[in-house]
Amino acid sequence: MKYAFSFLAVIALILIAGLGSQIPGMHYLFGVAIPYLAIMLFVGGFVYRIIQWAKSPVPFSIPTTCGQAASLDFIKQDKLDCPTKTSEVVARMFLEVFLFRSLFRNTKSEIHDGPKLTYESSKWLWVFGLLFHYSFLVIVIRHMRLFIEPIPRWLTAIEGVDAMLQIGAPTLYLSSITLLIGLLFLFARRLMNRQVRYISLNNDYFPLVLIFAIAVTGILMRYFLRTDIDIINIKNLAMGLVTFSPVIGAKIGAIFYIHLFLVSILLAYFPFSKLMHMGGVFMSPTRNMANDSRAKRHINPWNDPNIKPHSYAGYEDEFREFMVEAGIPVEKELPAAKDEV
Amino acid sequence: MYNKGTIIPGLIIFVLFVTFPIWFNGFKAGTPPKPELPPGGEKKCVESVEYMRANHMQLLDEWRDNVLRDGNRSVVTVEGKDYRKGLQMACMQCHSNKEKFCDSCHTYAAVNPYCWDCHLSPKEAASKEETR
Ligand code: HEC
Ligand code: HEC
Ligand code: HEC
Ligand code: HEM
Repeated sequence: MKYAFSFLAVIALILIAGLGSQIPGMHYLFGVAIPYLAIMLFVGGFVYRIIQWAKSPVPFSIPTTCGQAASLDFIKQDKLDCPTKTSEVVARMFLEVFLFRSLFRNTKSEIHDGPKLTYESSKWLWVFGLLFHYSFLVIVIRHMRLFIEPIPRWLTAIEGVDAMLQIGAPTLYLSSITLLIGLLFLFARRLMNRQVRYISLNNDYFPLVLIFAIAVTGILMRYFLRTDIDIINIKNLAMGLVTFSPVIGAKIGAIFYIHLFLVSILLAYFPFSKLMHMGGVFMSPTRNMANDSRAKRHINPWNDPNIKPHSYAGYEDEFREFMVEAGIPVEKELPAAKDEV
Repeated sequence: MYNKGTIIPGLIIFVLFVTFPIWFNGFKAGTPPKPELPPGGEKKCVESVEYMRANHMQLLDEWRDNVLRDGNRSVVTVEGKDYRKGLQMACMQCHSNKEKFCDSCHTYAAVNPYCWDCHLSPKEAASKEETR
């Protein structure tokens, strides 16, 4: 029941925003002050985390290689899986970020009677991971309609494709549904898969539940609880926020403040959570280094220039006597002692 | 800090992405739409203004189902005048200038109702009659 805490936390947040925003005067806190604070924490925290990571030295050249390294001319190099040039690293990184290429290799291990250990390819996490992340991206891009004026053509085009099925009015967006499906899979995986369940913590469940609640409040607001959800009025507020002159005109329904508060919590929580993998993927030495350690020496930035290299020969010279005494084999024997002869 | 050459441009790109609405708008909030009141001088809508602003698309959807699925072509009466349930037959009788009414809001909110693929705005309907 580790995940119960995440549900309770999100329910508490919903109650805070739902009840709090109904207190006269408090809508400026939930509609203006908290969103500003959240976005400042998000950008500031994100940049801070990246700079902290950039300050950490990489002592070794540790790219993960999954293919033939550059070698003799007649041996074909696997350029994507064992990159040696920056351009190849960029290509590998691009596929990693946009297609989650390394997740595509995900395997599932099982123990059968025998006992026999089997590994088989498991693509579901990759499929639903992509579904979730791309739905999220499309939703965030579509939300830009509330924040910009005039509306560029490409935004209308994305909306058009997303509302393609023309179900109901306001029309159903496919990305809202695919986001929920993706989230449900990711959550179910943590509950059903024993190994994953064992290592899952509250800070794995909480972001899933929080994003789920954001999506559900958004969908409720758009299709079901429309009372006082006048998009023109909401857009005026959103435009005010991004031009630093926010005003809240007519009354806006509580569901909007709940949605916005949960998003603010997500933004503020982001830099201090595992969600930082968004920036972290670019900072992983196993992904962003070229496997060229045989062509270029990787100098450990920690190296103290006062500590000179110490070869084995030098080490033996220093400790030969003690080694011989302890019976450790040496490459060069001790000079024959005179008095023994 | 290591790899300044790539990390600092990367961070700048990140901040530019996040602040996209700020520099795209250039600090100008734009003018909220002012939908024109019915030119015919009607004073009341089929429901309260607050309800209409938030829910008119759901009302239209409901009416469409009433008329086309249930065959319920009842009339709505506003200020003693009867209107037949429908998009062209009710809404557009009063809000006869689609461009200055429906479209003014919809352009601002980036909504593009597909209804007009088939239904005609009063202006289009008039021009059809002329060419006949
Ligand atoms: C006060 C501004 C305003 C006026 C006036 C207005 N609308 Fe809308 N309409 C909106 C907004 C805002 C939305 C989008 C709501 C949303 O996305 O949740 C919308 C959505 C719609 C939709 C659903 C579109 C979709 O694809 O989701 C239809 C249909 C619609 N309006 C019809 C009309 C018609 C017909 C008129 C003129 C008689 C009209 N509206 C006048 C603001 C307005
Ligand atoms: C009897 C004439 C009449 C009919 C029919 C009618 N309206 Fe209205 N509508 C009005 C009037 C008058 C107003 C302005 C009311 C006010 O400002 O008090 C209005 C206001 C509105 C508003 C709010 C605009 C604003 O400025 O905030 C919307 C949206 C709207 N109507 C949509 C519709 C739709 C959609 C239909 C068809 C289902 C429709 N109306 C049918 C007369 C009508
Ligand atoms: C594929 C073409 C098409 C599209 C798109 C379309 N309609 Fe219609 N609509 C029709 C036809 C045909 C009728 C039937 C007219 C009749 O029988 O009176 C109709 C009837 C209606 C009626 C019933 C009364 C009337 O004749 O006005 C409503 C209300 C209505 N449509 C609303 C909408 C709305 C709102 C949209 C956009 C969300 C929409 N329609 C999109 C073709 C279309
Ligand atoms: C993490 C960011 C966010 C996510 C994942 C998210 C998710 C969603 C979803 C899934 C919907 C359902 C309809 C749709 O897909 O458009 C929605 C609707 C909505 N969201 Fe968000 N949202 C986010 C941020 C925001 C912010 C910052 C605002 C503040 C203005 C906002 C305001 C709205 C409004 C007004 C609607 C209703 C739209 C309509 O009726 O057309 N959302 N949201």
